Amino acid sequence: MSQLILSSLLNGLVYGLLLFMLSSGLTLIFSMMGVLNFAHASLYMLGAYFAYGISAKIGFWNALWMAPLLVGVVGALMERYGLRHVHKHGHVAELIFTFGVAYLIEEVVQLIWGKSNVEYREPESLMFPLFSFFGVEFPAYKGFMLLVSVLIFIGLLMVLTRSRVGLIIQAAITHPNQVAMLGHNVPLIFMLVFGVGSALAGLAGVIAGPVLGTFPGMAVVLGSIVFVVIVIGGLGSLKGAFIASLLIGMLQTFAVAINFQFSTLFNALGLSPGDEGIIKDLYRVSVAQLGPLLPYLLLVLMLIFRPRGLYGTRDV
Amino acid sequence: MNPIISTPRWWQRPFTLTLIIGVLLIMVPHFLSSKLGIAVLNQMFIMVVFTLAYNMLLGQGGMLSFGHAVYFGLGGYFCIHFMNAVAANGWPIPLPLVPIIGGLAGMVLGAIIGSFSSSRAGTVFAMISLGVGELVASSMLIFSSFSGGEEGVTTDRTGFGSFLGLSFAQDRSVYWLITFWMLLSVYLMYKFSRTPLGRMSNAVRDNPERVQFVGYSPRMIRFLCFMASGFFAGIAGSLFAINYEIVTEETVNGLTSGVVLLQAYIGGVGFFAGPIVGAAVFTLLQTLLSNYTEIWALYVGIIFVATVMYAPAGLSGIVMMHRPIAQNHGLGQLLKPYAMCIAPALLAMLGVVGLLETTHALSVGEAEFSLWGLDLDAHSLVPWLSWLAIIVAGATVAKSQWNAMKDAYENELQKAYRAMESS
Repeated sequence: MSQLILSSLLNGLVYGLLLFMLSSGLTLIFSMMGVLNFAHASLYMLGAYFAYGISAKIGFWNALWMAPLLVGVVGALMERYGLRHVHKHGHVAELIFTFGVAYLIEEVVQLIWGKSNVEYREPESLMFPLFSFFGVEFPAYKGFMLLVSVLIFIGLLMVLTRSRVGLIIQAAITHPNQVAMLGHNVPLIFMLVFGVGSALAGLAGVIAGPVLGTFPGMAVVLGSIVFVVIVIGGLGSLKGAFIASLLIGMLQTFAVAINFQFSTLFNALGLSPGDEGIIKDLYRVSVAQLGPLLPYLLLVLMLIFRPRGLYGTRDV
Repeated sequence: MNPIISTPRWWQRPFTLTLIIGVLLIMVPHFLSSKLGIAVLNQMFIMVVFTLAYNMLLGQGGMLSFGHAVYFGLGGYFCIHFMNAVAANGWPIPLPLVPIIGGLAGMVLGAIIGSFSSSRAGTVFAMISLGVGELVASSMLIFSSFSGGEEGVTTDRTGFGSFLGLSFAQDRSVYWLITFWMLLSVYLMYKFSRTPLGRMSNAVRDNPERVQFVGYSPRMIRFLCFMASGFFAGIAGSLFAINYEIVTEETVNGLTSGVVLLQAYIGGVGFFAGPIVGAAVFTLLQTLLSNYTEIWALYVGIIFVATVMYAPAGLSGIVMMHRPIAQNHGLGQLLKPYAMCIAPALLAMLGVVGLLETTHALSVGEAEFSLWGLDLDAHSLVPWLSWLAIIVAGATVAKSQWNAMKDAYENELQKAYRAMESS
């Protein structure tokens, strides 16, 4: 049992920090421009595919910095030539634009790399067990993922709170006009933040690709989860995004690990189901099956009862 | 904009117009004998109903939904279970009445989900709809006795007796059924948009605070519109169930929700007819393009993004932009500047298509392929460079003509307004 809990904890941490790498960029972009970027997870997917292409030619370690850079450029271009253009038509148009871009990126990925999984693997230098506990090995690559995520988290925190650029960004979030008055190029700041957010998503894709699989549906799989994270954490709040990422990460890994069926509960209560129908389905449901549903349930409940999320300062 | 409100001629009234179109559509199977043609029309009409229902929220109520397939798909499920129950118990219910069940199911669902999601529009509404959509889609596989698991639920519509001499074993009688429901739904939705409730939903879209100020509840208005939209989406889902005799989990999922948004937006959400145009164009693109190319979905995506960026009012918006000019008989003046800009733009688009097809050929490993009668080799640089040259040349010329085209349009528009004022 303790073995299960420990391994789930570690896996949940890896997954949660990965979610944070995606959601931090998304929540920053949202608080600056008020745009929920549907294409954010698609940029994550692009990161994985770029890394696959680059690492096949010049190795994983080069891909580790080149792919996020490329994705950052794609994101910045998307802001400069797409979103800024659509901005004048209002928020709904912006939302629909990012939705369209997400659709387009998925189709382009299928066009170039095909519809099935690609063989994107971790580097051989990281293919060894880091340590083992209770006979279960913890792969070094996951340790590496953990390290990268933690470094990114600390770096982001430092830049945003301790550096001049970070202060200007924070000011531009709440008072863009005043920042512009002081002589800063606010549209450029927007573009840079969008680019950096995209690059972070790309980096998440680079390091998650070998573990979670690199396939055209990977954006859809993670996309809505990332939305859930930033809504629960509170839109615009990095702290909230961090806590919600870990929460959702743990929730999902633990749900998969727990082997509990509702039939046990029903039996304990002395209830037996009918022969068929909805009740029977409920009877057979296991917690592992409900796992994927929980984040969305949380999302809907959160939006109904506390639309500002855990740490948000304003409603969605 | 239009200062003159003219009373419609007798044939312009919605009811007579619907009747005329209905008579025309009913005669279609006598001229169109191909099964494929009828199948495409069926699909198109189903999508027309669904997209119009969707636009009751997006275009008229200002509610962006990312999970409207829930009402479509679950409406279809309820309908197909009802059909199976009727066939099993031998109830004397004719098939044409069955869509009401799906519609009611959609309406009840709309009432349940609308009761908590309609309190706000904008991003909150969009996110709730997304969450509910994902929730329902992923629970479909759990409740497999309702959803039929991955195989879905099937039915046999011939289990119903004949109705008015139609047996529903033939394609054409199903076509008539779908056409009838399509026309009825379109007419009712049009009438709905003209009721005080429909008008108030436009007001809620534009300025909810002011609506509240004059004493209405924006939430109540959104809620009622949501229910109505769920009803018609359920009707569309039922027509889907009757037409294909199968409903699968796919009808509920996010892809279907995305497609309906795409259709509504390409057609134009600002006009009642927009979604009809969008659904028709999308269905045609889907069926025609998929005959010629494997990457049709990519083209649809490009069209969608281009619409959002350059023509946010959609296809119907472009048409309506020219209405005052047409009334002033000024369209002829626009032909030349339009052709000067659109012809090179089309050339550039041809280049884009060529480039994408070449990429596709390379990625599927059939480097030697033929396109438009040309034999190309994706491994050599020649096709790539020529496509790029065509794109650059076309785009450059089109861009240089853009302002001239815009000026010509503005000019004619001014003329039309002046003519209107002086009359």
